[in-house]
Amino acid sequence: MTKVNYFLTEEQQMIVELTRQIAEEKIIPVRAELDETEEFPWGIMKDLAQADLFGLYIPEEYGGLGGGCFENCLAVEQLAYGCIAITTTFAASALGGYPILLFGTDEQKAKYLPDIAAGKRLVAFGLTEAEAGSDAAGIRTAAIDEGDHWVINGTKQWITSGGEAEIYTIIAMTDRSKGARGATAFIVEKGDEGFSFGKKERKMGLRASSTRELVFNDCRIPKDRILGRRGQGFIIAMRTLDLARPGIGAIGVGLAQAALDEAVRYARQRIQFGQPIISFQAIQHMLADMATQTEASRALVYAIAKTIDAGAKNFSKLSAMAKLFPTDIAMKVTTDAVQILGGYGYMKDYPVEKMMRDAKILQIYEGTNQIQRNVIGQALNKEYANKQ
Amino acid sequence: MNIVVCIKQVPDARTVKFDQEKGTLVREGVESVINPFDYNAIEAALELRDAFGGQVSAVTMGPPQAQEAIREALSLGVDKGVVVSDRAFAGSDTLATTYTLAKAIEKLGAPDIVICGKQAIDGDTGQVGPGLAVRLGIPYVTCVNEMEILKGRNVLRLKRMCEQGYDIVEVETPLLMTVLATLNTPRVPSLKNKMRARKADIPLWDVSAIGAEPGRTGLAGSPTQVVSTSVPTFDAKKEMLEGEPEEQVDALVTRLKEAGVI
Ligand SMILES: Cc1cc2nc3c(=O)[nH]c(=O)nc-3n(C[C@H](O)[C@H](O)[C@H](O)COP(=O)(O)OP(=O)(O)OC[C@H]3O[C@@H](n4cnc5c(N)ncnc54)[C@H](O)[C@@H]3O)c2cc1C
Repeated sequence: MTKVNYFLTEEQQMIVELTRQIAEEKIIPVRAELDETEEFPWGIMKDLAQADLFGLYIPEEYGGLGGGCFENCLAVEQLAYGCIAITTTFAASALGGYPILLFGTDEQKAKYLPDIAAGKRLVAFGLTEAEAGSDAAGIRTAAIDEGDHWVINGTKQWITSGGEAEIYTIIAMTDRSKGARGATAFIVEKGDEGFSFGKKERKMGLRASSTRELVFNDCRIPKDRILGRRGQGFIIAMRTLDLARPGIGAIGVGLAQAALDEAVRYARQRIQFGQPIISFQAIQHMLADMATQTEASRALVYAIAKTIDAGAKNFSKLSAMAKLFPTDIAMKVTTDAVQILGGYGYMKDYPVEKMMRDAKILQIYEGTNQIQRNVIGQALNKEYANKQ
Repeated sequence: MNIVVCIKQVPDARTVKFDQEKGTLVREGVESVINPFDYNAIEAALELRDAFGGQVSAVTMGPPQAQEAIREALSLGVDKGVVVSDRAFAGSDTLATTYTLAKAIEKLGAPDIVICGKQAIDGDTGQVGPGLAVRLGIPYVTCVNEMEILKGRNVLRLKRMCEQGYDIVEVETPLLMTVLATLNTPRVPSLKNKMRARKADIPLWDVSAIGAEPGRTGLAGSPTQVVSTSVPTFDAKKEMLEGEPEEQVDALVTRLKEAGVI
């Protein structure tokens, strides 16, 4: 049967093939065990590094492949077909790397990007705090300029790959009086004086991904670790998230596709009332909706990622859409997959149980889906005001 | 160090079908893949290159389509590859195959280490590795499932599985080994190597390119010929034992005693 033709280039097709191969050969065989043990997927990170994937979005001059948002989406979609916890660990490194790529000085890029591209060092992105989630402007972590170095105090919460990553891009307040314009981005390295890690969270899903506190206790970092300009912190965070969000949408697409595949396969072989359950219209219609919504999500993510790569400016609304729709669909499709597998779907013996638990995070992290709707709504308001 | 891996394209065991009447494999519409053990041979070669330096060449004898197998080897990180291909090679038994491969390997330059899979899953002879070593005049170790590199001395310490237990042998290069699936976990391709492989020019070497005597290759050079193949029949008696586990065990012991097995 004809598949949708997204007119991928030969290189993009290669990215898809390779990441799918990794999902099938390396990730799927271990995903249930890593989910159970909450063990950090170092083995697979090594495979991804060996496959050059950490350099996907990094320019060739720093040892990367010079791909864009779209190439990144293609890769994470296929990896997510295997396991979104492992994919999140991979994607979080890009989230932490983007600020250096977008706002780093030549020295900072030369110092960090080659190691990041080679997968030698993982990166994490630290914005959220206990009192500042959706309302990121409420962060309290503060950095004080002490002449030849910065001193940071505060605690970041729920930081993906905290403790495992070696490079951290974090946002801290440098001028509280200036509000949102008083935040600044910094690079902190594991091993910096006064930088340690708090407790590792125990989670509903995404269990192979490590989520941990970053604790700054009179943490001293050299002057040249500032990223961008003083006061630019939230702009850096927003630009980073705008670029990363279609990737979260793509993770949703991969997860939804995996759940759909499981559901169709099961429905074809499960016999009740003397016939395969796929022969019941109620099941068929659910599957039809799941398939259509998954494909629609994919088309949306691809189109928006390509728009971003073509040099779009002010794409917050589009990138919010590319995260919002596919992740809501991933939640729905995984839930429906469990429904189609019935009691078996609720058991850990089948992969859809984990898929449904994992899906929920996609509607929460990198900005909740309510916040994405806020972004889209506010953009609409602005757009239509300009039209009058 | 000059490392050579010998690889073979075989029908994909997941899709291959068997023609019960003719007693042959149905090859139409079946995808070709690299012989599974050869992935372990490639991985071992890459690990040795990473430890010793040098380069890995992949060699395969087969039709021109076998370039795809070489391309895959390149995508895994093999440096270069060649397909030894000529109509005159058709119908080779292991004697002719080892002659042809040895000629090709000699043309590549004197090897330090040659690695083959334990056997090809289609022919299943397991003879090509040892035969090739004899032709190249180098020692060989078969069925390797552990490998330790003693770097300073260009020596490999190899664990070779035997029918009862194992041997641990130390061999100085040059040498040939055949490897088991348990030796290592093959790596995945890398994007950069995949792109390099896509564009790579893979030479096809014919009889004259490798300087072979035509009478020693292919059917002409093969004293062994397949006269017929047949499908094994399973006419053993089958019986399902019923009841509680204890009853089943009792019944089984009785049957085995009756049959004179115990
Ligand atoms: C597993 C995991 C990994 C994470 N990884 C990282 C990471 O690597 N780096 C990082 O910085 N952060 C990370 N986070 C944090 C994540 O981004 C936040 O959880 C998220 O932004 C939401 O913040 P919150 O949880 O504090 O929810 P809150 O902001 O407290 O929101 C609670 C509820 O209120 C709603 N809400 C809040 N404000 C509004 C509004 N204005 N309008 C409508 N609804 C609203 C929200 O949508 C939500 O439903 C991670 C979180 C988790 C769970």
